[in-house]
Amino acid sequence: MIHIKVEDNKGEVQNLEIPEGINLNLMETLKAYEYPIRATCGGMALCSDCHCEVLEGWEKLPEAQEQELITLDSRPDASSASRLACQIKLADEINGLSIRLIGESE
Amino acid sequence: MEHITTDICIIGAGPVGLFAVFEAGLLKMRCHLIDVLPQVGGQLSEIYPQKPIYDIPGFPVVNAQDLVNGLMDQIEPFKPGFSLGERVDHLERLDDGTFIVRTNESTEVHSKVVVIAGGLGCFEPRKPAIDGLESFEGKGVSYMVRNPETYRDKKLVLSGGGDSALDWTIFLSEIASEVTLVHRGDTFRGAPDSAEKVFDLAKSGKINLVLQSHITAISGNGHLKQVTVQGKDNEIRNLETDYLIPLFGLTPKLGPIAEWGLNIDKSAIEVNTLDYSTNIDGIFAIGDINTYPGKLKLILCGFHEAALMAQSAFKYVYPDQKLSFKYTTVYGVNTF
Repeated sequence: MIHIKVEDNKGEVQNLEIPEGINLNLMETLKAYEYPIRATCGGMALCSDCHCEVLEGWEKLPEAQEQELITLDSRPDASSASRLACQIKLADEINGLSIRLIGESE
Repeated sequence: MEHITTDICIIGAGPVGLFAVFEAGLLKMRCHLIDVLPQVGGQLSEIYPQKPIYDIPGFPVVNAQDLVNGLMDQIEPFKPGFSLGERVDHLERLDDGTFIVRTNESTEVHSKVVVIAGGLGCFEPRKPAIDGLESFEGKGVSYMVRNPETYRDKKLVLSGGGDSALDWTIFLSEIASEVTLVHRGDTFRGAPDSAEKVFDLAKSGKINLVLQSHITAISGNGHLKQVTVQGKDNEIRNLETDYLIPLFGLTPKLGPIAEWGLNIDKSAIEVNTLDYSTNIDGIFAIGDINTYPGKLKLILCGFHEAALMAQSAFKYVYPDQKLSFKYTTVYGVNTF
């Protein structure tokens, strides 16, 4: 199991236990868990609807690629802890990640 | 004020709105499209024009903008009208069952049917979370540059780190008396040439570049006077300014559609899958803007919805005629 702590836009915190081996990114996984992330671009790092702030586990994440950084630059509320959930692959390495969702909801 | 009379008014000129023109055209129904964006194509042109799409039947892969261009070619014989760069603000159903659709530019479209193909809604500027920002809109705060002359010999603060922030900083540095660009990062990832030019302008003292900072407050007395900027090191500075232009791109919002009495579920319009009609007689909703059990937000599903919508819209446009279904392979595309 991969454990991820998620705080939604309303401040509600849930500890998710996600089975390993799911071939999804974190945005898709959160949508599967019924988080109402709008995801306009569908996961191309172009819209920033899945913008999240990493509270714990930053070091577990692979470095952001150029497109993700460009898109984050268009967010007025981005910080040095910002990532796009669609660019985070679900993998054992991110076990223990804690995030806060701050992008647009449906 | 421009007044247009047509059979179907289509709100949204994305791929599904464009294809609706074709399906309507086959049934001899004329269309007029309105879109808030200055170009057709919706999300495809605005968000991912160069991305490949793999699930359009008959095209193993098609570039998003190429698909839009192809749709424009396909509907050209039906001579649709366009009002681009205009937002639909008002929709009214008249006593005779026809509709008046009015835009923010006072364009009025009188139609027998309204088709909402608005994707995720109107693309609107993304606004930073600054207390009181909206109260200064039009009084020093604006999210786009409509007329650069407004800023001649004035003090300006721009914020953002994308291409438009860079381009406008460069352009307005020649017009305004003082230009300050505030950016949360210390580098720019936009076009390298523009980024280099902005750094050069800062070096030569033509603009002020405030990096690793963001705007925390604005103030003024009836008109904007001051912008407060906080740096990564928590240092706070107050900048005197006449104008603030936050440039953080566009994001879709449902907008005025929510106020038209349509049944809405989670920012989407509920429709009957028989013909994608809404709860208001004569108004249909197709593409990403609608919702129904099993809905998939796919362009190809939107195309299907457009075809069924047109069959049903026919009875509003030609109430005295009987509709007989015809294949293009047999009858071709009979244009107007």
